[in-house]
Amino acid sequence: MLLVLLAHGVLALAAPALVAALGRRAFWLLALGPAAATIYALSRTTAVLEGRTPTEHLQWIPALGLAIDLRLDLLSWVMLLVVGGVGTLVMLYCSAYFSREARGLGRFSGFLVAFAGTMTGLVLADDLLLLFVFWELTTVFSYLLIGHHTDRTASRRAAMQALIVTTAGGLAMLVGLVVLGVTAGTWSLSAVIADPPSGPAVTVAVVCLLAGAATKSALVPTHFWLPAAMAAPTPVSAYLHAAAMVKAGIYLIARFAPAFSDLAAWRTVVLVLGGATLLLGGYRALRQHDLKLVLAFGTVSQLGLLTLLLGYGTRATALAGLALLGAHALFKASLFLVVGVVDAAAGTRDLRKLAGVGRRLPVTALAATLATASMIGLPPFAGYVAKEAALAAWAHDGDPLGMIMIVVVAVGSALTVAYGLRFLWGAFKPRLPATASAVPGEGPGQGPGEAPEVAHPQPFSMVAPPLVLAVLGLAVALVPQVGEELLGPYASTYPVGDPGHLTLWDGLTPVLAVTAAVLLLGVLMFWQHDRVERLQAALWTPDGADLAYRRLMRSLDRFASDVTAGTQRGSLPFYLGVILVTLAVGPGVALAVGLVGDTGADALPVAADAAGRGDVLHLGPFAMVPWDRPAQLVVVLVVVVAAVLTARARRRLKAVFLMGVAGYGNAVLFLLHGAPDLALTQVLCETLTLVVMVLVLRRLPPYFSDRPLAASRWVRLAIGVLTGLVVMMFVAAAPLVRVHLPVSVDFPEEAETFGGGHNIVNVTLVDIRAWDTVGEISVLLVAATGVASLVFLRQRSGNLLRLDPTGDDESGERPARAGGRQVRPGTWLLAGPTLDPQKRSVLFEVLTRALFHPMLLFALFLLFSGHNSPGGGFAAGLVAGLALTVRYLAGGRYELGEAAPVHPGLVLGTGLFLSAGVGLVALLAGQAALESTIIDLHLPVLGHVHLVTSLFFDVGVFLVVIGLVIDILRTFGAELDRQAEPHSRTVGSHGRTAHRAGGDRA
Amino acid sequence: MIVLDNVPSGALLLAVGVLFAAGVYLLLERSLTRVLLGFVLLGNGANLAILVAGGRAGAPPITGADDREPMSDPLAQVMILTSIVITLALVAFVLAMAYRSWQLHGHDEVQDDLEDTRIARLAVEDAPSYADSDAVEPGVTLDEEAVATRDEVALPDPVVRPRDGGGDGP
Repeated sequence: MLLVLLAHGVLALAAPALVAALGRRAFWLLALGPAAATIYALSRTTAVLEGRTPTEHLQWIPALGLAIDLRLDLLSWVMLLVVGGVGTLVMLYCSAYFSREARGLGRFSGFLVAFAGTMTGLVLADDLLLLFVFWELTTVFSYLLIGHHTDRTASRRAAMQALIVTTAGGLAMLVGLVVLGVTAGTWSLSAVIADPPSGPAVTVAVVCLLAGAATKSALVPTHFWLPAAMAAPTPVSAYLHAAAMVKAGIYLIARFAPAFSDLAAWRTVVLVLGGATLLLGGYRALRQHDLKLVLAFGTVSQLGLLTLLLGYGTRATALAGLALLGAHALFKASLFLVVGVVDAAAGTRDLRKLAGVGRRLPVTALAATLATASMIGLPPFAGYVAKEAALAAWAHDGDPLGMIMIVVVAVGSALTVAYGLRFLWGAFKPRLPATASAVPGEGPGQGPGEAPEVAHPQPFSMVAPPLVLAVLGLAVALVPQVGEELLGPYASTYPVGDPGHLTLWDGLTPVLAVTAAVLLLGVLMFWQHDRVERLQAALWTPDGADLAYRRLMRSLDRFASDVTAGTQRGSLPFYLGVILVTLAVGPGVALAVGLVGDTGADALPVAADAAGRGDVLHLGPFAMVPWDRPAQLVVVLVVVVAAVLTARARRRLKAVFLMGVAGYGNAVLFLLHGAPDLALTQVLCETLTLVVMVLVLRRLPPYFSDRPLAASRWVRLAIGVLTGLVVMMFVAAAPLVRVHLPVSVDFPEEAETFGGGHNIVNVTLVDIRAWDTVGEISVLLVAATGVASLVFLRQRSGNLLRLDPTGDDESGERPARAGGRQVRPGTWLLAGPTLDPQKRSVLFEVLTRALFHPMLLFALFLLFSGHNSPGGGFAAGLVAGLALTVRYLAGGRYELGEAAPVHPGLVLGTGLFLSAGVGLVALLAGQAALESTIIDLHLPVLGHVHLVTSLFFDVGVFLVVIGLVIDILRTFGAELDRQAEPHSRTVGSHGRTAHRAGGDRA
Repeated sequence: MIVLDNVPSGALLLAVGVLFAAGVYLLLERSLTRVLLGFVLLGNGANLAILVAGGRAGAPPITGADDREPMSDPLAQVMILTSIVITLALVAFVLAMAYRSWQLHGHDEVQDDLEDTRIARLAVEDAPSYADSDAVEPGVTLDEEAVATRDEVALPDPVVRPRDGGGDGP
């Protein structure tokens, strides 16, 4: 069974290539998929009949209890024959049906084979969740196949409608399946059926299952998607919407009926929906003029009948139902294929325009006649045998419900006879009646009421499949006892009722009289079809279910847009305000209750840490020490004042500098706390931030724009203070509820043993939690790219600005070699002369010349010593970046180009590659990714060298940080300079602003 | 040995609270530069909060340096270090946005989202935001639609076969 599924999968994937290579002949190959399913089913016939049910099992997701469990019992066997057999014939039919130039045939063929595969899986699945997976897959492929003509509105709408309706049902079904599985304690379908759970939850689950079945099998009130789905190509209608997919719902009912048909809810739903669908479908079929629509409403009607029979819950009706299921697949698929032949030959499907087709297509007409005979229940065809068995089953039981069923089914059958004859006569009548002149809508080049000129003969592979199906419908009926023997075991799985019989002649019984009456009534309705049509037109027609569906969708859209308009205001401050107020109201109130309510369950416990200590101040359950070190308090006061002044500042530069003060204050706090690495990094970052901000702010207006927001200022202040208080409470409470030892207690030892370093923070960054660092430097890379692309706009970054464009691009210490050049006396920097003399500062240039190399050396020192003392890749990169910043500030953008003659993208990429790549090397060496190796070498001159491989990781970090800084400098420095120059392409009043900002800088 | 004393320092709490309050106050502004300043202040506050969560002050977390005092929690420090550097990258990015906004609009203020305004207007007018074919009544019957729906079928050879006796076989 798994192999059959696999074959479908492979064929589906290969289908586009096959169609591209072989054209429509590829369908001959693709038919192998469903043919394999058929052959497999036939080869297991004996085993299935003897009750030796073949099963296959493959683990899928053990953690979820999800397995691919396949099981071929009798019901599955019948369904598999239907799916595989009809599928094979439809594929062969396709090879001749489509024109050689038809568009999208490769895609179409792939979807069709994939559908056949999922349908095979659906009928074989023995796992509730697997069943659902296949169920939804058939929905998806049905969507794709209905929407085959993507350029047609009707097609797209029908596809979407079918998808939404069947998926809605499918979701309900999923709920039902999960409830069933959980209640029963097993996901095995056969186990649930064998030992059905019970209770109110199960009743709800079963109703959910029926909802899924009803949408899939187009029962009222969701029947409307099926006629609309006739927008699909005709072979799809024949396969999916007559023989296979719409039977999935029926299959579900048939599968669960033995277990649950005794529930009152089941009976009510099945009988009401089935009966209504049977009658409505037949009634609507009588009004259609398109052959496919006649058949589509007919299918709706028959699906209702099948639901009644298989869901009714007695053995005799089940036997009749299963027989009808097979019969229906045979005759309805055959009729759809006939429509395809007629449509291709005559160029229309309108039964008001067709005439004389039968003479030109006698074989097709024969197939249609045989299939129609089976559909309307004429003896000796399969449809007759099944319907006789159904009527006999209800007549035999003698319960009042059976009588009602007989009446309903009789009326439905009479309608079937009427629309069946209407179809047959409409398609193959010899000439048009005289009254047909009132046909609305005209075919191309035809006058009203004029028959299409020629009906072309059709190739064998189009004519044979419908005939084969139709003849099968006759053949199986001639040996009803074989059918009874084959299908009987399934019927006997139902708990109640006498076993039924399949027979052609049961003597002169009341059932025979009913059948005769049905046929007479149907013929009469067909005979008087003009009157019937007029009567139907005169009767009040309610708005269709499809209109109700559309209105529902419309009000859903309306509701969605109302909700969106109400909640999504598009204002950033509003969103932030809502989030922060929520923070204050939710966690804030909870914390406040914990603070005030010192008794009861809501109160926070006093931390064990703080209990009974003299140095601790207690405030309700909160505890705190005034400070860790006295100096802390002083620094905190500075930070507080700086922060408040930042918020009040109206001048950009002032605000930025105050923010810097707060940041440096933070660095001191880190140092006092015992975090020298943090202090170092914070100082460097703060400096760089200040430089960057000033670089940009020199272009922006000096003052924040005044906005009439004074009123909202108090609101913002209130939210700010509230948030500050909540965070304070949170920070006070959080450390006190710690109940376990922190993971970091082991870090000192791990750092020495595995990381080979003394600086725990650095070892943690490059070794213990190195993956986090990889993630972080990736963020840096993305941010750097974002910065550059926001300002450079047209490319990743600008050209390298060099003094001497012909010079080689070797990287290296360019200024060190500058001594060899013709440098005028008094020039301290290479690019100094490129600046406006008024902007140059000799002192600054001299200092830069003196500082640049020591700073780089210091950076290298930090990089290499970082493993054992404060420093590391981040700090080193920042120092090197600051060195470059100094060069830029002193010498302008050409100086930057000379100092760092590489593209920042290259530096960033190399850095990330070193960091992550070195980790992969460890993987290749059989260690965990990013695991460090400690190498101790004794070199002749250098002596003992202690090398830890994570150094390369740190070098990568170093490079990424340098790359980020270069990117920032090139963007905010060099490029903004260029844009500000009068002769370059500028926007607004850059020049003026730049001049003023320059004054600020001095 | 690392610090296991978790009792928070009141001074640091105060710093956290004020930094958050000032940060949020600025964050709720419309000028991107002020939003950015607010974010930096708030970030500093958050860093201090993590520091407090790591326990009280101690010696630098460097083994073998100073054994007299237990060392401060290195894990919290690692997180803060990461956060500091990322804040730098974020500052650069938001500055680039502010500059771009100024370049395009002459100011660096965050405007209300135009698309959201449009949705709100459409909701008031009760007009559909997009053409949802599922929600529109087609205005034609299935029958009329079916006339237009035909497949790309194989049309047989135009040559009429001499003999019709072969039925519709090939």
